[in-house]
Amino acid sequence: MSEAAQSQQVAPTPTSSLRLIGTLGVIALFAGLLVVSVVEWTRPIIAENHERALQQAVFDVIPGATQRRDFVLTDEGPVPKEDAQERGPIIHAGYTEDGALAGVALEASGRGYADVIRILYGYDPSCACIVGMSVLESQETPGLGDRIETDPDFLGSIEGLDASLNEDGTGLKHGIRTVDPGEREDPGDIDGITGATVSAEAIGDMLHRSADERLPQLQGHWSELERNE
Amino acid sequence: MAAKREQEPITMDTFLSGIWRENPVFVMLLGMCPVLAVTNTTENALAMGLATTFVLVCSTGLVSILRDFIPKEVRIASYIVIIASFVTVVDYAIQAISLDIYNALGAFIQLIVANCMILGRAEAFASRKPLGKTLIDALGVGAGFTLALLCLGTVRELLGAGEILGIQVFADSFEPWVIMLLPPGGFFVLAGWLLLFAWIKERQNKRAAAGKEATADGR
Repeated sequence: MSEAAQSQQVAPTPTSSLRLIGTLGVIALFAGLLVVSVVEWTRPIIAENHERALQQAVFDVIPGATQRRDFVLTDEGPVPKEDAQERGPIIHAGYTEDGALAGVALEASGRGYADVIRILYGYDPSCACIVGMSVLESQETPGLGDRIETDPDFLGSIEGLDASLNEDGTGLKHGIRTVDPGEREDPGDIDGITGATVSAEAIGDMLHRSADERLPQLQGHWSELERNE
Repeated sequence: MAAKREQEPITMDTFLSGIWRENPVFVMLLGMCPVLAVTNTTENALAMGLATTFVLVCSTGLVSILRDFIPKEVRIASYIVIIASFVTVVDYAIQAISLDIYNALGAFIQLIVANCMILGRAEAFASRKPLGKTLIDALGVGAGFTLALLCLGTVRELLGAGEILGIQVFADSFEPWVIMLLPPGGFFVLAGWLLLFAWIKERQNKRAAAGKEATADGR
């Protein structure tokens, strides 16, 4: 066997463990620095984007609102978010240009067809009705389930939907539910969407659950939300 | 041999091969997960293509710079850490640029880290070639990937919603083929494009063979 062939058969010397650990350590350090810098740099911009999206959604679901103030719903009623000591559901009060209460926006969520759907809906105490709905997050099927965001009949039947409370003020007078298209009978009925039955019913269901729980909590506290000071 | 290859000059072909001859989607069938999942609209396809290109260029560039420093035993682990870092960068950047696009692309941005096309390029090309050539190759492959995503995205949006980039193309009488926006539509359109590519390639091969025969006969 020639010398060259012999040297070819010798296995290459393995790299020392120290070098392997060192290499990975240096790369991980670089990766960590890069990620931390980018996260810190983009954090305020992302927070601003979320804030802007929420602001837009609140104004979309409360017609006429141009100003907004956030409250935390506690056992004693709504407390301005900046003064709140305890945690609780957030409600967004919308005010007109001259500072009068135009309505409140509440968040609701529930299981849709594909995943959890999160919505924001507006409630106007002067008509005791729901005045608008906007989908914040949804993975519903494009072209079918996602029509909950665009179907004019469905969205139209939510605007002005009765959400008045019963005589004891403990829950809704008329339950909110989604019915087949064109078959609305009760004041709390929403027109469904053909081809998006599950998603449309999920919206009716989450509106009912949220309004039935939150509106009695707000009952008697509307004067505290009245003006934007 | 390897040293000789490194000295090969950077030509237009270094860039163009990623777009046509070695197109990652239509020729190599790599990175199929985002290709099928997020090409339901042109906008999503473009955003995903650009995000992947950014990760591809940055990570292969860094791999190329560090190619003599990384021992081969830990190369794959190192590549994954590098790719994952740039994916995190792009993930936050998209959130900062547009929340709508971020919500539309969902988990697929994070899943760029598992795109075999990027790891494949780092292992097969960047770890052996100098920085300049690696960057040009990555840009070409990224452009090829983006182009392929756009090919699928435009067709699916056009047939599935009658629109391109949200602008209505067909008249109101057009009934959208909703299935094109659903996962099966991704498979149908991909199959259509693959057929087209295979047909063009076969035609080119036949022409080349006919040309050779003609030359041989001429002699």
